[in-house]
Amino acid sequence: MRDSLILRTTTRVIMPLLLLFSFFELLRGHNEPGGGFVGGLLAAGGLCLYMLAHGVDDARRVLRVDPRVLIGVGLLLALAAGLVPVFQGAPFLTGVWAENKVPGIGKVSTVLLFDVGVYLVVAGTTLLMVLSLAARDEEEDDPC
Amino acid sequence: MTDPLILIILVPFAATIVAPAVARRLGAHTGWVLALAPAIVFAYVSRLLPIEPGTAHTVAVPWVGSLGIEFAFLADGLSVTFLLLISGIGALVMIYASSYLGRDPRLGRFYVFLLAFMGAMLGLVLADNLITLFVFWELTSVCSYLLIGFDHEKAEARAAALKALLVTGLGGLLLLAGFLLMGIAGEQLGLSAIAAGKISGLAAVDLREHAYYHAIFILVLLGCITKSAQVPFHFWLPAAMAGPTPVSAYLHSATMVKAGIYLLARLSPHLGGTPEWGWTVGLIGLVTMLTGSLATLGQRDMKRVLAYSTLAVLGTLVMLLGVGTEMAVKTAVVYLVAHAMYKAALFMVAGNVDHETGTRELHRLGGLRKLMPWTALAGILAALSKAGAPPMFGFIGKEMLYTTKLTVENVGAWAVVASVVANVALVASALMVSVWPFLGKRGDTPKKPHEAPLAMVLGAVLLSLMGLGRGLMPQPFETNLGSAAASAILGRPVEMHLALWHGVDPTALAVLGLSLLTLTLGGGLYFLIRRRVAPVGPLLRRLFSVGPTQLYDLTLQGIYSGADRVTRFIQSGRLRFYVMVTMLVTVIVAGPPLVRAFMGGPAAANGGWRIHEIIVAALALTAALAATALRSRLATLALVGVVGTCMGLLFVFFSAPDLALTQVMIEVLSVVILVMVLHRLPLVIKRSGRLSRGRDAVVAAAVGITMTLFVLTVARVDRDPTVSDFYLEQSVPAAHGRNVVNVILVDFRAMDTLGEITVLGAAGLGVLALLRLRRKERS
Repeated sequence: MRDSLILRTTTRVIMPLLLLFSFFELLRGHNEPGGGFVGGLLAAGGLCLYMLAHGVDDARRVLRVDPRVLIGVGLLLALAAGLVPVFQGAPFLTGVWAENKVPGIGKVSTVLLFDVGVYLVVAGTTLLMVLSLAARDEEEDDPC
Repeated sequence: MTDPLILIILVPFAATIVAPAVARRLGAHTGWVLALAPAIVFAYVSRLLPIEPGTAHTVAVPWVGSLGIEFAFLADGLSVTFLLLISGIGALVMIYASSYLGRDPRLGRFYVFLLAFMGAMLGLVLADNLITLFVFWELTSVCSYLLIGFDHEKAEARAAALKALLVTGLGGLLLLAGFLLMGIAGEQLGLSAIAAGKISGLAAVDLREHAYYHAIFILVLLGCITKSAQVPFHFWLPAAMAGPTPVSAYLHSATMVKAGIYLLARLSPHLGGTPEWGWTVGLIGLVTMLTGSLATLGQRDMKRVLAYSTLAVLGTLVMLLGVGTEMAVKTAVVYLVAHAMYKAALFMVAGNVDHETGTRELHRLGGLRKLMPWTALAGILAALSKAGAPPMFGFIGKEMLYTTKLTVENVGAWAVVASVVANVALVASALMVSVWPFLGKRGDTPKKPHEAPLAMVLGAVLLSLMGLGRGLMPQPFETNLGSAAASAILGRPVEMHLALWHGVDPTALAVLGLSLLTLTLGGGLYFLIRRRVAPVGPLLRRLFSVGPTQLYDLTLQGIYSGADRVTRFIQSGRLRFYVMVTMLVTVIVAGPPLVRAFMGGPAAANGGWRIHEIIVAALALTAALAATALRSRLATLALVGVVGTCMGLLFVFFSAPDLALTQVMIEVLSVVILVMVLHRLPLVIKRSGRLSRGRDAVVAAAVGITMTLFVLTVARVDRDPTVSDFYLEQSVPAAHGRNVVNVILVDFRAMDTLGEITVLGAAGLGVLALLRLRRKERS
């Protein structure tokens, strides 16, 4: 499978597009179908495709960070999004919205931050499973 | 938040943050710096003196108002007495510990545990809310577990730590139940939810009249006696001596084991005074006192001698609280303070001896007086206080104990006899840990002894000198603190008068006579033990070697082997078995009610079939049937993927694009993951026998029918539209989002999502751990 030149070439183009699409899904999720969960799955799917074409090592190199870091950062972001309103005297996880719109993203809020956290955890978990299973296939010493 | 009472609890916790860094830099001198934390607390609390009897300072911070829980704190005579003991002895133990542990690389961790324990203990004695108290109570148990098991590479330390945790943890759970009942009873007696949770609020009602009184009393009592190591739960305390000596000095003599005493004292105005209280508490205390004092004579390890004598004193304190008269309570206060000081000092002395000679075995020790003069001085002074010899503070305590016994009407002569017996044993054990190692001939010790460093001598000397000072001049103690502490336990203002010499009246003379008799008999008993005239040691050891410890061991063994058997039965390691059990349980539990609901209800509204829906449904059905018939794993997998994708399409048809999107993505990724797993399996499925295939078919059909019934039944339920209407209406105005599904996920019910992603992350890590485990097994 890894020797397919066509697959290798096309994934170089498709993976960035899939990642971009996953961001798009993440950002538009509040008003249209989409959201952090699907976005995270899409991102993981894109990288899985890349891994199938280029192998686990290359996929890790493209990802740059350990999937476990994604999980940790994602959970911390979601937690932070919940703590912001606490400092303003509102209950944990109340949505706090910025006054002004950010061009290209729209209204920024702790809800979006929370969704980013979900995105990272979902992508991280899926990648962790897939990459370590694949590494096991390749009989490496240490998958992470 | 700015009330200093709350800040002093936070001081030790704040110090835990810097402790590892300090320990890394300063090594054996760490204690001098970290002792600042308890020293600050001690200085602040000292400024509160003198405490006016019957007064209390309270402060509360809201926590969970709807449940009547708040961070409420209260400082009265009783709390302040404990605060001073915890912070004062704490500071000395802090200084002691780094010198004792020396270059141990885990010094930082040790201080984190010790400081956290101190914070928990401060919170415990200040807490005014039952739940706040419970939280700190459990925290002390956890810290104690970590500290006893500090040498976690020793199996003995681990077992001792677990023993202490299980016993005190069991008591903690019972205590929580008792607290909750107390809260309910308080509310039923007319208190508000907040006031019913408050210890100071309980004064307004009479819990003794309530129907729950006995349940509350038993549960709280069990909590207290497990924590304070009363018979039959006493066995964890001697085992806890496996912890480092600073821990024994601090937790298992001066502070933590006194938490149960504290709670009994704290609640005695609200629960005490009944015959049930008097008899139960008094008898448990009496039995513990006798057990501890007799068992201490059989020991030859300095720390274990001290541990059993601690049991005897804890028993005495519980017994006094059970008696509960004014005299008894005053005695308990004096006895408590005297014991905390001399016992911490004696433990430090034992630690010094162990540290410098390499052994705590008494028969290898002797004549250390010249080599370790300061340690010897501290040891002998503290032992005099322990023996209750004049003019020490312990003497006053013992005189009061005898006075209580002689003057209280409902305590018979047998209680006086029991107290004398226990105190004779205590005198002998005091001589065992002071005279034996320090006087007489030089022993044969593993190390060549010399005096311990300043940090290790300081605490013991200071504490033992204070025992002498308080004995000679008890007036400052009684006016500053003693009266207020006794008042808090009695629930009414009283005054305390302490003296070494009570003048000439019949009671005082009788008490003095008993005191002298005790000292003489104790001295004689020590002589007998030392000269081995009677085989007291082996006899007592055999007598106390049977008991609740065996029951504990048996129970633990039973739990282990039971869990082993259950696990081996349930966790067969075959995935097919797991799936089958899960499915069958679902069918058995959910099936019958679903059949009943389906048969009885009206026919489902059917909107008619559209052609594309029929095509997709037929495709899914065909794929599912084909998947069961094929022999190629890869093809089966692809077909299962087809089924999932068809489901996604159906979601699209019924306008659930979010679900459809997620479903398709999950299908894709599942296929990828499964392909990677399949890679390791043979490509062609080996068919199982006809019989097991038939069984599988039956299970599968049952599950399919159940799920179908489930979906059909759900479709017929008339749901209350208010919930979905609420979300539809509020989505845009309240959460600024038009995608209701996503708004529910990330805003309305974000707490659920937070929980779910946490589980998801943990599951991912679990998969990783399992894969690594397999690899390790293979290599």
